[in-house]
Amino acid sequence: MNSFLPELSNVYFNYLLLSSVLFCIGVIGVIIRKNIIIIFMSIELMLNAVNLLLVNFSNMHNDPNGQVFVFFIMVVAAAEVTVGLAILVMVYRNTGSVNIDTLKNLKG
Amino acid sequence: MEQLLFIILSVISVAAALCVIFVRNPIYSVLSLVVTFFSFAGHYILLKAQFLAIVQVIVYAGAIMVLFLFVIMLLNLNNTESQEKRSFISKAIAVVAGCLLLISLVGLLKGSVLIPTLANGVSSDDIGTVQTLGKVLFTDFVLPFEISSVLFLSAIIGAVMLGKKDLKDH
Repeated sequence: MNSFLPELSNVYFNYLLLSSVLFCIGVIGVIIRKNIIIIFMSIELMLNAVNLLLVNFSNMHNDPNGQVFVFFIMVVAAAEVTVGLAILVMVYRNTGSVNIDTLKNLKG
Repeated sequence: MEQLLFIILSVISVAAALCVIFVRNPIYSVLSLVVTFFSFAGHYILLKAQFLAIVQVIVYAGAIMVLFLFVIMLLNLNNTESQEKRSFISKAIAVVAGCLLLISLVGLLKGSVLIPTLANGVSSDDIGTVQTLGKVLFTDFVLPFEISSVLFLSAIIGAVMLGKKDLKDH
């Protein structure tokens, strides 16, 4: 495999590639799904892809700061999910659906 | 050996991530996301970030996913009659757009110079331990740490306020 793609011999580049793939899967999930919960989970997927990249660079540069950044991203993601799911519960209570197409009042 | 583990974990991550966005039932989506997070924890161990691997399992796979499952079960969303009606064309366009994003990202990153710098005082094996991370967290990052506690407090209050049935009762 290494003879076909010389970049793949670099373990750091492999993680770069994996993070890009997972991030793009998250983007596709946000675009194609209409269920708000799935969209939230796709956002979590994107955040995790970025986390993986940060840990990779932390390992590459032998620097613990990158892992501390991942720690803070996890904190912010947890807070975001808490508030987001509370908003989701409220939306479901008011509209009876979790489809994003029901939330088009601001569209005018 | 490490290469083999990386390939296995990567295949698990990508397959479970694809399951998350393409499976119909939200419960199965959440369970696939749990599998993805566990494989991420494996990646972290491969990258010598032991503490983050444990935090990943506890916080993401343990807490956040349980929150998602609770919301899905409380709202009773696992019925299949709320199928999403989105035309095949727009789905295909979205997938193509995502693949184009992937191609442009990889093309952008292909020429990047990834030379590890190894002289940083700490040995590379105990960079992810609680000791090293704690030292950094409580010396260089004390202010962000304290601010994140305020963030959590506001998130808790916000969630409670949003989750109440009717605020005008009080």
